[in-house]
Amino acid sequence: MLDLGGLERRAEFFRLIRQFFTQRGFLEVDTPLRQPLYIPESTIEPIPADGQYLQSSPEICMKRVLAAGATRIFQICRCFRKGERGRYHLEEFQMLEWYHRGEDYRQLMVDCEELIGFLAERLTVSGLAGGGGVFAGVALHPPWPRLTVAEAFAEYSPVSLQRALAEELFDEVLVEHVEPRLGRGAPLFLYDYPLQLASLAREQAGKPGVAERFELYINGIELVNGFSELTDALEQRRRLTAEIATISSRGARQAAMPERFLADLARLDSAAGAALGVDRLFMLAMGYSTLSEAVSFSPADLV
Amino acid sequence: MYSASDLRKGLKVQIDGNPYIVIDFEFSKPGKGQALYRCKMRNMISGNQLVNTYRSNDKFEKADLEERKMQFLYNQDDEFHFMDTDNYEQLFLSREQIGDNINFLVDNMEVEVLFYDGKAIDVTIPTFVNLEVTRADPWAKGDTSGNDTKPVTVQTGYVLQVPPFVVEGDKIQIDTRTGQYVTRVKE
Repeated sequence: MLDLGGLERRAEFFRLIRQFFTQRGFLEVDTPLRQPLYIPESTIEPIPADGQYLQSSPEICMKRVLAAGATRIFQICRCFRKGERGRYHLEEFQMLEWYHRGEDYRQLMVDCEELIGFLAERLTVSGLAGGGGVFAGVALHPPWPRLTVAEAFAEYSPVSLQRALAEELFDEVLVEHVEPRLGRGAPLFLYDYPLQLASLAREQAGKPGVAERFELYINGIELVNGFSELTDALEQRRRLTAEIATISSRGARQAAMPERFLADLARLDSAAGAALGVDRLFMLAMGYSTLSEAVSFSPADLV
Repeated sequence: MYSASDLRKGLKVQIDGNPYIVIDFEFSKPGKGQALYRCKMRNMISGNQLVNTYRSNDKFEKADLEERKMQFLYNQDDEFHFMDTDNYEQLFLSREQIGDNINFLVDNMEVEVLFYDGKAIDVTIPTFVNLEVTRADPWAKGDTSGNDTKPVTVQTGYVLQVPPFVVEGDKIQIDTRTGQYVTRVKE
């Protein structure tokens, strides 16, 4: 449980994030936490809530707001993912998502550099973070290093990217050999993911099989997932159909096609959106070593 | 059966016919990736350790373990005799099976004996035990070494550091997890 000083730092942290986006002309939106449908992604398990689901991300509604005509939007909201409990995972967490119409994932990477630079500067000036805080030991001046997934595997993995994918070892290799080396000394963007690992991202023109997706790492910890949105509704339907088939084959839960989302997606030309784990960023900014220390109440504080 | 999401520190599972206890556990899940459960486990019989990464759909058998409350009766020729306090059944364990607990084991002490597949594999003694000091050198007045403890020997032959005021014949409480002095007790 955070003490009063921690709560004050956390409140200021959220206030600064809002200030950053509103100053840049982003509209803050709020969308329902509980929804009758969830985005069918086989690796994310939603938490049921009285016949509906707690959102695992606000992205369905955020993209529908974009399709309705908004150009820049952001939201800070609670998200829920069943069974995700660990040093850097909580089943309930705060997510920041922001979207641009007419941009691609490269703009989102610049946004990350500016947002985190802004937070570090303001927290340093205010002196709120105290010793060990504000990304100690991390060089924040942009541009931050970028590494494609293919380059990262060539550099750090004992097996080739192709073999890791073919033998379904991608996640194990990433966690064991690649992630621990990323973002040491300075933040790092890992980008250009294999398409099968980005079910909602756009395929890169001229690079078949590569999705315009990135993850930001600081100190080996993944902080932001962003991508150029797949706005081809037919292709999106094809990919979600495959995800639904995977989910159904396990038999544990049902997934339905988010039809209104797909209908709205057809009205969207191009867009890019990113999701940032606010609790994790706050943890890193303040020098806490676990996510449980960074939230006002951890699950253990509630029993 | 346990599934990977049940894994946590202290869980006891059976792998290849051996009981293992999870001694370290880390959950990870790359963005858009699958949940991975990295476990360090100790074989409860051999003490060997292994590290494995499991996925959500992996299943584990519960280790066939039974814990019985037993009372220590006596030691003869390195056979340590115990009696089940429920059914009065008697058995003995070897010096090796007793391990470091020998430092704190005294007659009539109640312990928990862990059985795997009918064989005793571990003994858990109380966290705090009261033992009599059988040998204590007087505090060397004028000792300028800066030490504020001295060594004493307790009835089991175990030697530990205690504050200078402890004298022969005192009973002292020891934390069996650390082997360290807690307090002097009056009985």
